[in-house]
Amino acid sequence: MNLSFHLQVINLLAALLLLISFAMLSQRRVVGLVTLFAWQGAALAASTALVAWSTGQHHLYWSAALTLALKVVAMPWFFYRLVRKLDINREVEAVLNIPTTMLIGIALVIFAFNLALPISQMAGTVTRSTLGIAMACVLLAFLMMITRRKAITQVIGFLAMENGLFFAATSASYGMPLVVEMGVALDVLVGVFVLGIFFFQIRETFDSLDLKHMERLKER
Amino acid sequence: MEIYWVLGIPLAGGLFLAAWGNRARAPELNALFSLATLAAAAALTMRIVAEGPIMVGDGWFFIDSFNVFLVALTAFVAFTTALFSRPYMRIEKDHGRLNDARLRLYHSSYQIFIGAMLLALTTNNMGILWVSMEAATLATVLLVSLYRTPASLEAAWKYFILCGVGIAQALFGTILLYFAAEKILGSGGTALLWTHLNGVKEQLEPTVLQLAFVFLLVGYGTKVGLAPLHNWLPDAHAEGPTPVSAVLSGLLLNVALYAVMRSKVLVDGALGNDMAGNLMMGFGLLSVVLAAFLIKRQTDVKRMFAYSSIEHMGLITFAFGMGGPVASFAGLLHMTMHSLTKSAIFFAVGHATQKAGTQAMDSIRGLIRTNPTIGWGLMLGTVAILGVPPFGVFASEFLMITTAMHEHPWATPFLLTALGVAFAAIFGKVQPMVFGETELPRLPHQPALAPVFVHLGLVLMLGLFIPPYLADWYRQAAALLGG
Repeated sequence: MNLSFHLQVINLLAALLLLISFAMLSQRRVVGLVTLFAWQGAALAASTALVAWSTGQHHLYWSAALTLALKVVAMPWFFYRLVRKLDINREVEAVLNIPTTMLIGIALVIFAFNLALPISQMAGTVTRSTLGIAMACVLLAFLMMITRRKAITQVIGFLAMENGLFFAATSASYGMPLVVEMGVALDVLVGVFVLGIFFFQIRETFDSLDLKHMERLKER
Repeated sequence: MEIYWVLGIPLAGGLFLAAWGNRARAPELNALFSLATLAAAAALTMRIVAEGPIMVGDGWFFIDSFNVFLVALTAFVAFTTALFSRPYMRIEKDHGRLNDARLRLYHSSYQIFIGAMLLALTTNNMGILWVSMEAATLATVLLVSLYRTPASLEAAWKYFILCGVGIAQALFGTILLYFAAEKILGSGGTALLWTHLNGVKEQLEPTVLQLAFVFLLVGYGTKVGLAPLHNWLPDAHAEGPTPVSAVLSGLLLNVALYAVMRSKVLVDGALGNDMAGNLMMGFGLLSVVLAAFLIKRQTDVKRMFAYSSIEHMGLITFAFGMGGPVASFAGLLHMTMHSLTKSAIFFAVGHATQKAGTQAMDSIRGLIRTNPTIGWGLMLGTVAILGVPPFGVFASEFLMITTAMHEHPWATPFLLTALGVAFAAIFGKVQPMVFGETELPRLPHQPALAPVFVHLGLVLMLGLFIPPYLADWYRQAAALLGG
């Protein structure tokens, strides 16, 4: 079990992350999206733990455990419940059709790799080659937020973006200081909780979580 | 020591008020907690004035003249807003727009929000700064949607998602900052401490910092309400309850700009050129011009003043972007003036809309006839924010524009046109609201307007005479910003 083997596994997990990001772009149902989000969290936690093991950065174990607890267990469970309670597992309509979105996604990946190139050349970490993938995940999640119309899919997109950012921090500098990571995790947790309340309010008022009802406030 | 009180009181207040619920005296308790925070902030300020910058708690908190001035301002406006919200929210409840559960949420979140902003201001850790900015947003999302009307829910949603995406950019900026710092300071908690970073800023990798600043500016700039990232701001200000509009506009925008400025100091040191300043000038100027022209089209009074906030934040960003002692001084002065004046205006506007039962400016008429204090408050506040001498806004705007004429003459016509357009638009709309004819009855409740006149009195005083110690203090803070 030498370092290069670990690196290969980390690269494999990184590729998996990217693949899941694309799968999320093409997923039409909310439940499917939640499952994919949980898998993305799992891949992220596994790769973080592996980086921690192979480089001896022990604080990364905490970060991996946080990801596992929050993004693989707690949040997907919460979203499944929400979907059931609010009965919103219908097709997600997208602003653009799926093939077009995928093509834009590919362009974004190329852009992300170019953007990450100068930074990863400066990085001293063994995992620097995955920085491009992390950037690509961030941009793909952003694309998902733009092209989906349901409130819940936007939130999942937002959380997927957060996953990408965490992965970027791990690959560029072996994560952030532990306090900061805990703080970020706390914010995300509170944010999802606030949104849970918020969804019920939206639902109560509009009878739907479709954002097309929420386009009244505009500059006329 | 004082710092723990400054941060502990709002947090304890938030938890206590959540448990206490909206029983009798909850609004008074809210004001009392804010008063205690103000007292602690005053003690902290006195200590900094006497002893100079201090570091507390193993370097976790760092207070110098730049942030202590914002701490004092934040605690002060938070207190006066709590005073204002006491009668205001009671009237809202009598009108049936709020119930006990929502008032409990309001009081509790209000304290947490203030606490989060104070933490953002006093922390030395750029990562915790990010965390507390996000916490401040989360604390106010449910406040914006407090009325549960379709429009307020939409506004809160927009606020949450746009600021969330914005702040995610800032997180990436922070990651890049850490990435650059970790090579020099070593990994671990100290590499994100601002004081440590400031000590080694010349050695930080310029290309990385350049990229980091772009992300930080876009991220925190979304919160400042800089165009073209300002979309959430008018909605959140117009649809939330008025005390929330007052603290969002008067305080949160300042704190976000503070985060940008802390980053700018580091980036300036690393790059040794004007990249950061030029970017800020660009965003600032765009915000001023765009907001001024959008003000003209508004029909909702709170929305109009929200655009005016964008305009003024743009001005301050522009001034800080120019840099130099005079412009930074003017920017800091303008931050103070804008906070005080804009919150005073929102207080007056709040009662005016309660009286008319709507925020549409066409329906608010003749305030001076039926409720002269509200009318005078709104008129004086408007005159002050438009930069009419002798109010303090005039002094800071004058300094900014003269500096711009010297250093960046190309920008002056844009600034002057925008200020002129904003003047004509706002004055033209407020004048009939105050002096027009009305059949509406008097507001049956006693309005809470003492804070309005206290704020405006301070603005007037600072316009006529800035006490020498205060001027010294601003100068010190301006020097910290690289003036």
